[in-house]
Amino acid sequence: MDQRTRLLEAALFSSSRPLTLDELSILDSEADEADWRKAIEELRDHYETGGHGVELVEIANGWQILTRDIFAEAIDRAQFATRPQKLSGAALEVLAVIAYRQPVGRAEIEEIRGVNSGGVLRLLQERGLIEVVGRSEGLGRPLLYATTPQFLEHLGLADLSDLPRTEELTVALRPPAPPPVD
Amino acid sequence: MTVRTEGFAPGLDEAGFVVNLDRFSGPLDLLLHLIRREEIDIWDIPIARIADQFLAAIGALGLDEAAEYLEMAARLLRIKAQMLLPRRGDEEAWEDPRHELVRRLLEYQQIREVVDWMERAARRRSDRFARGYLPPAPQAPPPPLVFSLEELIAAVERVLAAIPDPVILRVAARPLDVEGATATVSRWLAERGSFSWREMLGERPTLVDVLSSLVALLELARRGTLTLTQPGAFSPVIISRGPAYEAA
Repeated sequence: MDQRTRLLEAALFSSSRPLTLDELSILDSEADEADWRKAIEELRDHYETGGHGVELVEIANGWQILTRDIFAEAIDRAQFATRPQKLSGAALEVLAVIAYRQPVGRAEIEEIRGVNSGGVLRLLQERGLIEVVGRSEGLGRPLLYATTPQFLEHLGLADLSDLPRTEELTVALRPPAPPPVD
Repeated sequence: MTVRTEGFAPGLDEAGFVVNLDRFSGPLDLLLHLIRREEIDIWDIPIARIADQFLAAIGALGLDEAAEYLEMAARLLRIKAQMLLPRRGDEEAWEDPRHELVRRLLEYQQIREVVDWMERAARRRSDRFARGYLPPAPQAPPPPLVFSLEELIAAVERVLAAIPDPVILRVAARPLDVEGATATVSRWLAERGSFSWREMLGERPTLVDVLSSLVALLELARRGTLTLTQPGAFSPVIISRGPAYEAA
Protein backbone atom coordinates (compact mmCIF):
# COMPACT_ATOMS: atom_id res chain seq x y z
CA MET A 1 0.00 0.00 0.00
CA ASP A 2 0.92 3.58 -0.61
CA GLN A 3 2.40 5.43 2.39
CA ARG A 4 -0.59 7.79 2.46
CA THR A 5 -3.01 4.87 2.43
CA ARG A 6 -1.22 3.42 5.42
CA LEU A 7 -1.47 6.80 7.19
CA LEU A 8 -5.21 6.81 6.40
CA GLU A 9 -5.57 3.31 7.85
CA ALA A 10 -3.69 4.31 11.01
CA ALA A 11 -5.84 7.44 11.47
CA LEU A 12 -9.11 5.57 10.97
CA PHE A 13 -7.91 2.83 13.32
CA SER A 14 -7.14 5.41 16.02
CA SER A 15 -10.56 7.07 15.79
CA SER A 16 -13.78 5.77 17.29
CA ARG A 17 -15.91 7.83 14.88
CA PRO A 18 -15.96 8.47 11.13
CA LEU A 19 -13.34 10.93 9.85
CA THR A 20 -14.34 13.43 7.17
CA LEU A 21 -12.19 14.66 4.29
CA ASP A 22 -11.68 17.94 6.17
CA GLU A 23 -10.36 16.06 9.17
CA LEU A 24 -8.11 13.87 7.04
CA SER A 25 -6.57 16.98 5.45
CA ILE A 26 -5.10 17.90 8.86
CA LEU A 27 -2.96 14.73 8.69
CA ASP A 28 -0.94 15.76 5.67
CA SER A 29 -1.08 19.27 4.30
CA GLU A 30 0.46 18.18 1.00
CA ALA A 31 -2.38 15.84 0.10
CA ASP A 32 -5.47 17.28 -1.56
CA GLU A 33 -8.98 15.87 -1.70
CA ALA A 34 -8.24 13.74 -4.77
CA ASP A 35 -5.22 12.18 -3.03
CA TRP A 36 -7.35 11.21 -0.04
CA ARG A 37 -10.08 9.79 -2.25
CA LYS A 38 -7.45 7.70 -3.99
CA ALA A 39 -6.15 6.47 -0.62
CA ILE A 40 -9.71 5.67 0.50
CA GLU A 41 -10.30 3.65 -2.68
CA GLU A 42 -7.04 1.78 -2.21
CA LEU A 43 -7.78 0.92 1.42
CA ARG A 44 -11.31 -0.15 0.54
CA ASP A 45 -10.03 -2.45 -2.22
CA HIS A 46 -7.40 -3.78 0.14
CA TYR A 47 -10.05 -4.83 2.68
CA GLU A 48 -12.38 -6.18 -0.02
CA THR A 49 -9.88 -8.34 -1.85
CA GLY A 50 -7.39 -9.24 0.86
CA GLY A 51 -9.72 -11.31 3.01
CA HIS A 52 -10.21 -9.05 6.04
CA GLY A 53 -12.57 -9.11 9.01
CA VAL A 54 -13.15 -5.39 8.69
CA GLU A 55 -14.35 -3.12 5.92
CA LEU A 56 -14.12 0.58 5.08
CA VAL A 57 -17.56 2.18 5.19
CA GLU A 58 -18.75 5.67 4.23
CA ILE A 59 -20.76 7.04 7.13
CA ALA A 60 -21.89 10.53 8.19
CA ASN A 61 -19.94 12.30 5.43
CA GLY A 62 -16.79 10.48 6.52
CA TRP A 63 -15.12 7.10 6.57
CA GLN A 64 -14.88 4.49 9.28
CA ILE A 65 -13.43 0.99 9.70
CA LEU A 66 -16.16 -1.40 10.83
CA THR A 67 -16.18 -5.11 11.56
CA ARG A 68 -18.04 -7.27 9.05
CA ASP A 69 -21.61 -8.12 9.97
CA ILE A 70 -21.04 -11.87 9.71
CA PHE A 71 -19.02 -11.65 12.96
CA ALA A 72 -21.66 -9.61 14.82
CA GLU A 73 -23.17 -12.55 16.68
CA ALA A 74 -19.82 -13.94 17.85
CA ILE A 75 -18.57 -10.55 19.06
CA ASP A 76 -21.89 -9.74 20.68
CA ARG A 77 -22.04 -13.11 22.48
CA ALA A 78 -18.51 -12.69 23.79
CA GLN A 79 -19.51 -9.19 24.96
CA PHE A 80 -16.41 -7.56 23.51
CA ALA A 81 -18.60 -4.77 22.20
CA THR A 82 -22.14 -3.63 22.85
CA ARG A 83 -24.73 -2.73 20.32
CA PRO A 84 -26.13 0.78 20.75
CA GLN A 85 -29.50 1.01 22.44
CA LYS A 86 -32.43 0.66 20.05
CA LEU A 87 -34.76 3.60 19.59
CA SER A 88 -38.47 3.34 20.31
CA GLY A 89 -41.07 3.51 17.55
CA ALA A 90 -42.13 6.96 18.75
CA ALA A 91 -38.53 8.20 18.67
CA LEU A 92 -38.06 6.86 15.13
CA GLU A 93 -41.30 8.53 14.01
CA VAL A 94 -40.09 11.91 15.26
CA LEU A 95 -36.68 11.33 13.65
CA ALA A 96 -38.33 10.41 10.35
CA VAL A 97 -40.41 13.61 10.33
CA ILE A 98 -37.37 15.74 11.19
CA ALA A 99 -35.12 13.97 8.66
CA TYR A 100 -37.51 14.77 5.80
CA ARG A 101 -38.78 18.19 6.84
CA GLN A 102 -35.81 19.79 8.56
CA PRO A 103 -35.63 22.41 9.83
CA VAL A 104 -38.99 21.71 11.43
CA GLY A 105 -40.85 22.87 14.54
CA ARG A 106 -42.58 20.82 17.20
CA ALA A 107 -46.09 21.80 16.08
CA GLU A 108 -45.60 20.34 12.60
CA ILE A 109 -44.18 17.10 14.05
CA GLU A 110 -47.16 16.75 16.37
CA GLU A 111 -49.58 17.56 13.56
CA ILE A 112 -48.23 14.69 11.49
CA ARG A 113 -47.99 12.20 14.37
CA GLY A 114 -51.23 13.22 16.08
CA VAL A 115 -49.56 13.00 19.50
CA ASN A 116 -47.60 15.19 21.88
CA SER A 117 -43.90 14.85 21.07
CA GLY A 118 -42.16 17.08 23.62
CA GLY A 119 -40.72 14.21 25.69
CA VAL A 120 -39.41 12.37 22.64
CA LEU A 121 -37.78 15.55 21.28
CA ARG A 122 -35.97 16.06 24.58
CA LEU A 123 -34.76 12.45 24.59
CA LEU A 124 -33.48 12.66 21.02
CA GLN A 125 -31.69 15.91 21.85
CA GLU A 126 -30.05 14.32 24.90
CA ARG A 127 -28.83 11.45 22.73
CA GLY A 128 -27.40 13.95 20.27
CA LEU A 129 -29.48 12.68 17.34
CA ILE A 130 -31.19 16.04 16.75
CA GLU A 131 -30.31 19.63 17.53
CA VAL A 132 -31.96 23.02 17.61
CA VAL A 133 -30.87 24.97 14.53
CA GLY A 134 -32.86 28.15 14.97
CA ARG A 135 -36.26 29.66 15.49
CA SER A 136 -39.11 29.95 13.05
CA GLU A 137 -40.39 33.40 12.09
CA GLY A 138 -43.90 32.16 12.90
CA LEU A 139 -46.07 32.93 15.89
CA GLY A 140 -44.20 32.45 19.17
CA ARG A 141 -40.96 31.91 17.22
CA PRO A 142 -40.90 28.14 17.90
CA LEU A 143 -37.60 26.21 17.96
CA LEU A 144 -36.60 24.43 14.77
CA TYR A 145 -34.97 21.00 14.86
CA ALA A 146 -32.61 19.22 12.47
CA THR A 147 -30.75 15.90 12.49
CA THR A 148 -27.06 15.68 13.52
CA PRO A 149 -24.11 13.63 12.17
CA GLN A 150 -24.82 11.17 15.03
CA PHE A 151 -28.18 10.49 13.40
CA LEU A 152 -26.36 9.42 10.23
CA GLU A 153 -23.94 7.35 12.34
CA HIS A 154 -26.77 5.61 14.16
CA LEU A 155 -28.32 4.50 10.87
CA GLY A 156 -25.00 3.99 9.10
CA LEU A 157 -25.86 6.48 6.33
CA ALA A 158 -23.28 8.37 4.27
CA ASP A 159 -25.57 11.41 4.12
CA LEU A 160 -29.24 12.37 4.13
CA SER A 161 -29.65 11.49 0.46
CA ASP A 162 -29.29 7.81 1.50
CA LEU A 163 -32.77 7.99 3.00
CA PRO A 164 -35.47 6.54 0.74
CA ARG A 165 -36.90 9.20 -1.56
CA THR A 166 -40.55 9.85 -0.88
CA GLU A 167 -41.57 8.78 -4.37
CA GLU A 168 -39.84 5.43 -3.78
CA LEU A 169 -42.05 4.66 -0.80
CA THR A 170 -44.68 2.11 -1.66
CA VAL A 171 -47.47 3.86 0.21
CA ALA A 172 -49.36 0.67 0.84
CA LEU A 173 -52.73 2.36 0.83
CA ARG A 174 -52.65 3.75 -2.66
CA PRO A 175 -55.62 5.28 -4.44
CA PRO A 176 -57.74 2.80 -6.37
CA ALA A 177 -57.38 2.72 -10.12
CA PRO A 178 -59.95 5.09 -11.67
CA PRO A 179 -63.11 3.21 -12.67
CA PRO A 180 -63.23 2.33 -16.38
CA VAL A 181 -65.08 4.89 -18.39
CA ASP A 182 -67.70 3.50 -20.70
CA MET B 1 -53.18 -1.79 28.35
CA THR B 2 -55.58 -4.28 26.94
CA VAL B 3 -59.06 -3.43 25.88
CA ARG B 4 -61.46 -6.25 25.24
CA THR B 5 -64.94 -5.87 23.86
CA GLU B 6 -67.00 -8.66 22.52
CA GLY B 7 -69.57 -9.34 19.89
CA PHE B 8 -70.25 -5.85 18.68
CA ALA B 9 -69.03 -5.96 15.12
CA PRO B 10 -69.07 -8.50 12.36
CA GLY B 11 -65.87 -9.83 10.93
CA LEU B 12 -63.99 -10.20 14.20
CA ASP B 13 -62.62 -13.48 15.42
CA GLU B 14 -64.53 -15.27 18.10
CA ALA B 15 -62.02 -14.53 20.81
CA GLY B 16 -63.25 -10.97 20.52
CA PHE B 17 -61.40 -7.80 19.95
CA VAL B 18 -58.07 -7.42 21.68
CA VAL B 19 -56.10 -4.26 21.18
CA ASN B 20 -52.97 -3.48 23.11
CA LEU B 21 -52.77 0.31 23.04
CA ASP B 22 -49.15 0.34 24.22
CA ARG B 23 -48.28 -1.07 20.83
CA PHE B 24 -49.56 2.03 19.11
CA SER B 25 -47.71 5.28 18.94
CA GLY B 26 -50.92 7.32 18.66
CA PRO B 27 -54.47 7.54 17.34
CA LEU B 28 -53.37 7.56 13.69
CA ASP B 29 -51.40 4.37 14.25
CA LEU B 30 -54.44 2.69 15.83
CA LEU B 31 -56.69 3.89 13.03
CA LEU B 32 -54.33 2.53 10.37
CA HIS B 33 -54.22 -0.77 12.23
CA LEU B 34 -58.02 -1.01 12.22
CA ILE B 35 -58.22 -0.11 8.53
CA ARG B 36 -55.60 -2.70 7.60
CA ARG B 37 -57.11 -5.42 9.75
CA GLU B 38 -60.57 -4.88 8.29
CA GLU B 39 -59.07 -4.75 4.80
CA ILE B 40 -60.85 -1.51 4.18
CA ASP B 41 -60.22 0.71 1.19
CA ILE B 42 -58.72 3.87 2.67
CA TRP B 43 -60.33 5.98 -0.08
CA ASP B 44 -63.77 4.82 1.00
CA ILE B 45 -63.68 4.32 4.75
CA PRO B 46 -66.97 3.08 6.26
CA ILE B 47 -66.70 5.78 8.87
CA ALA B 48 -69.53 4.56 11.14
CA ARG B 49 -67.97 1.11 11.50
CA ILE B 50 -64.44 2.43 12.05
CA ALA B 51 -65.65 5.03 14.55
CA ASP B 52 -67.39 2.29 16.58
CA GLN B 53 -64.30 0.12 16.57
CA PHE B 54 -62.10 3.04 17.49
CA LEU B 55 -64.34 3.96 20.43
CA ALA B 56 -64.36 0.36 21.59
CA ALA B 57 -60.58 0.20 21.46
CA ILE B 58 -60.12 3.27 23.60
CA GLY B 59 -63.18 2.60 25.75
CA ALA B 60 -61.33 1.42 28.82
CA LEU B 61 -58.72 4.15 28.81
CA GLY B 62 -58.47 6.72 31.56
CA LEU B 63 -59.23 10.24 30.38
CA ASP B 64 -55.79 11.66 31.06
CA GLU B 65 -53.74 9.23 29.07
CA ALA B 66 -56.17 9.19 26.19
CA ALA B 67 -56.66 12.87 25.38
CA GLU B 68 -55.21 12.43 21.90
CA TYR B 69 -57.27 9.30 21.25
CA LEU B 70 -60.43 11.07 22.42
CA GLU B 71 -59.74 13.98 20.09
CA MET B 72 -59.56 11.53 17.20
CA ALA B 73 -62.76 9.81 18.38
CA ALA B 74 -64.54 13.17 18.36
CA ARG B 75 -63.22 13.86 14.86
CA LEU B 76 -64.51 10.48 13.63
CA LEU B 77 -67.95 11.08 15.12
CA ARG B 78 -68.12 14.51 13.50
CA ILE B 79 -67.25 13.02 10.11
CA LYS B 80 -69.84 10.30 10.70
CA ALA B 81 -72.49 12.97 11.36
CA GLN B 82 -71.46 14.95 8.28
CA MET B 83 -71.76 11.82 6.16
CA LEU B 84 -75.35 11.39 7.32
CA LEU B 85 -76.39 14.88 6.23
CA PRO B 86 -78.47 14.77 3.06
CA ARG B 87 -76.50 15.90 0.05
CA ARG B 88 -77.82 18.52 -2.29
CA GLY B 89 -78.49 17.32 -5.76
CA ASP B 90 -75.23 18.36 -7.30
CA GLU B 91 -72.49 15.84 -6.52
CA GLU B 92 -69.68 18.00 -7.87
CA ALA B 93 -69.83 20.59 -5.10
CA TRP B 94 -69.96 18.00 -2.33
CA GLU B 95 -66.69 17.75 -0.45
CA ASP B 96 -66.07 14.41 1.17
CA PRO B 97 -65.74 15.07 4.93
CA ARG B 98 -63.30 12.15 5.11
CA HIS B 99 -60.84 13.83 2.79
CA GLU B 100 -58.68 15.57 5.43
CA LEU B 101 -58.52 12.39 7.53
CA VAL B 102 -57.39 10.34 4.53
CA ARG B 103 -54.69 12.89 3.74
CA ARG B 104 -53.36 12.67 7.30
CA LEU B 105 -53.51 8.88 7.31
CA LEU B 106 -51.52 8.66 4.08
CA GLU B 107 -48.96 11.12 5.35
CA TYR B 108 -48.63 9.15 8.57
CA GLN B 109 -48.43 5.88 6.65
CA GLN B 110 -45.46 7.29 4.76
CA ILE B 111 -43.73 8.15 8.01
CA ARG B 112 -44.33 4.58 9.27
CA GLU B 113 -42.73 3.23 6.12
CA VAL B 114 -39.68 5.41 6.70
CA VAL B 115 -39.60 4.21 10.33
CA ASP B 116 -39.47 0.59 9.16
CA TRP B 117 -36.69 1.48 6.75
CA MET B 118 -34.76 3.30 9.48
CA GLU B 119 -35.16 0.35 11.84
CA ARG B 120 -33.59 -1.95 9.26
CA ALA B 121 -30.77 0.53 8.62
CA ALA B 122 -30.06 0.85 12.36
CA ARG B 123 -30.01 -2.94 12.70
CA ARG B 124 -27.55 -3.28 9.80
CA ARG B 125 -25.34 -0.62 11.37
CA SER B 126 -25.45 -2.26 14.80
CA ASP B 127 -24.22 -5.54 13.26
CA ARG B 128 -20.94 -3.83 12.44
CA PHE B 129 -18.74 -2.64 15.25
CA ALA B 130 -16.43 0.33 15.12
CA ARG B 131 -13.06 0.51 16.79
CA GLY B 132 -13.45 0.75 20.57
CA TYR B 133 -17.10 1.60 20.31
CA LEU B 134 -18.44 3.34 23.37
CA PRO B 135 -22.15 4.00 23.61
CA PRO B 136 -22.47 7.79 23.55
CA ALA B 137 -23.06 9.04 27.07
CA PRO B 138 -26.11 11.21 27.44
CA GLN B 139 -24.99 14.79 27.86
CA ALA B 140 -27.81 16.34 29.80
CA PRO B 141 -26.91 19.79 31.10
CA PRO B 142 -26.94 20.02 34.91
CA PRO B 143 -30.24 21.43 36.14
CA PRO B 144 -29.96 25.06 37.23
CA LEU B 145 -29.60 25.48 40.99
CA VAL B 146 -32.83 26.90 42.36
CA PHE B 147 -33.25 27.78 46.02
CA SER B 148 -35.10 30.28 48.16
CA LEU B 149 -33.62 32.76 50.61
CA GLU B 150 -34.94 30.64 53.50
CA GLU B 151 -33.12 27.58 52.17
CA LEU B 152 -29.92 29.60 51.79
CA ILE B 153 -30.15 30.92 55.36
CA ALA B 154 -30.95 27.42 56.65
CA ALA B 155 -27.85 26.11 54.84
CA VAL B 156 -25.66 28.84 56.35
CA GLU B 157 -27.02 28.04 59.80
CA ARG B 158 -26.24 24.34 59.30
CA VAL B 159 -22.65 25.22 58.41
CA LEU B 160 -22.31 27.63 61.35
CA ALA B 161 -23.74 25.04 63.73
CA ALA B 162 -21.04 22.61 62.67
CA ILE B 163 -18.27 25.02 63.70
CA PRO B 164 -17.52 24.60 67.45
CA ASP B 165 -16.66 28.25 68.13
CA PRO B 166 -17.63 30.39 65.17
CA VAL B 167 -15.71 33.61 64.64
CA ILE B 168 -18.05 36.00 62.90
CA LEU B 169 -16.41 39.11 61.55
CA ARG B 170 -18.34 42.28 60.96
CA VAL B 171 -17.88 43.75 57.56
CA ALA B 172 -17.70 47.51 57.62
CA ALA B 173 -18.90 49.11 54.42
CA ARG B 174 -16.32 51.46 52.98
CA PRO B 175 -17.89 53.96 50.62
CA LEU B 176 -16.58 53.92 47.07
CA ASP B 177 -15.45 57.19 45.55
CA VAL B 178 -17.23 56.82 42.22
CA GLU B 179 -17.42 60.57 41.61
CA GLY B 180 -13.70 60.96 42.06
CA ALA B 181 -13.00 58.01 39.80
CA THR B 182 -15.35 59.42 37.15
CA ALA B 183 -13.48 62.71 37.22
CA THR B 184 -10.13 60.87 36.87
CA VAL B 185 -11.39 58.82 33.92
CA SER B 186 -12.79 61.95 32.22
CA ARG B 187 -9.45 63.74 32.65
CA TRP B 188 -7.52 60.80 31.13
CA LEU B 189 -10.01 60.58 28.27
CA ALA B 190 -9.56 64.30 27.51
CA GLU B 191 -5.78 64.16 27.77
CA ARG B 192 -4.90 60.86 26.10
CA GLY B 193 -7.98 59.57 24.26
CA SER B 194 -6.98 55.96 24.77
CA PHE B 195 -5.26 54.19 27.67
CA SER B 196 -5.31 51.00 29.68
CA TRP B 197 -7.13 50.58 32.96
CA ARG B 198 -3.88 49.49 34.59
CA GLU B 199 -2.09 52.68 33.47
CA MET B 200 -4.79 54.80 35.01
CA LEU B 201 -4.74 52.94 38.33
CA GLY B 202 -0.99 53.43 38.75
CA GLU B 203 1.47 51.24 40.63
CA ARG B 204 -0.22 50.10 43.81
CA PRO B 205 -3.94 50.90 43.72
CA THR B 206 -6.08 50.23 46.77
CA LEU B 207 -9.07 47.93 46.58
CA VAL B 208 -11.38 50.96 46.89
CA ASP B 209 -9.60 52.64 43.93
CA VAL B 210 -10.07 49.59 41.74
CA LEU B 211 -13.74 49.14 42.63
CA SER B 212 -14.55 52.84 42.36
CA SER B 213 -12.97 53.08 38.93
CA LEU B 214 -14.71 49.85 37.83
CA VAL B 215 -18.12 51.30 38.68
CA ALA B 216 -17.18 54.60 37.02
CA LEU B 217 -15.96 52.83 33.86
CA LEU B 218 -19.07 50.68 33.58
CA GLU B 219 -21.34 53.67 34.06
CA LEU B 220 -19.46 55.78 31.47
CA ALA B 221 -19.42 52.84 29.05
CA ARG B 222 -23.18 52.44 29.51
CA ARG B 223 -23.65 56.12 28.62
CA GLY B 224 -21.43 55.70 25.57
CA THR B 225 -18.88 58.23 26.84
CA LEU B 226 -16.17 55.59 26.52
CA THR B 227 -15.61 52.19 24.94
CA LEU B 228 -14.05 49.22 26.73
CA THR B 229 -12.16 46.75 24.56
CA GLN B 230 -10.08 43.72 25.38
CA PRO B 231 -7.95 42.65 22.39
CA GLY B 232 -7.48 39.10 23.70
CA ALA B 233 -8.39 36.84 26.59
CA PHE B 234 -6.82 38.13 29.84
CA SER B 235 -5.13 41.06 28.08
CA PRO B 236 -5.39 44.55 29.64
CA VAL B 237 -8.66 46.40 29.13
CA ILE B 238 -8.26 49.40 26.80
CA ILE B 239 -10.33 52.46 27.50
CA SER B 240 -11.04 54.87 24.63
CA ARG B 241 -13.49 57.63 23.74
CA GLY B 242 -16.94 56.30 23.02
CA PRO B 243 -19.56 57.28 20.43
CA ALA B 244 -21.22 59.70 22.87
CA TYR B 245 -17.96 61.31 24.01
CA GLU B 246 -18.11 65.08 24.19
CA ALA B 247 -15.01 67.06 24.89
CA ALA B 248 -15.55 69.02 28.08
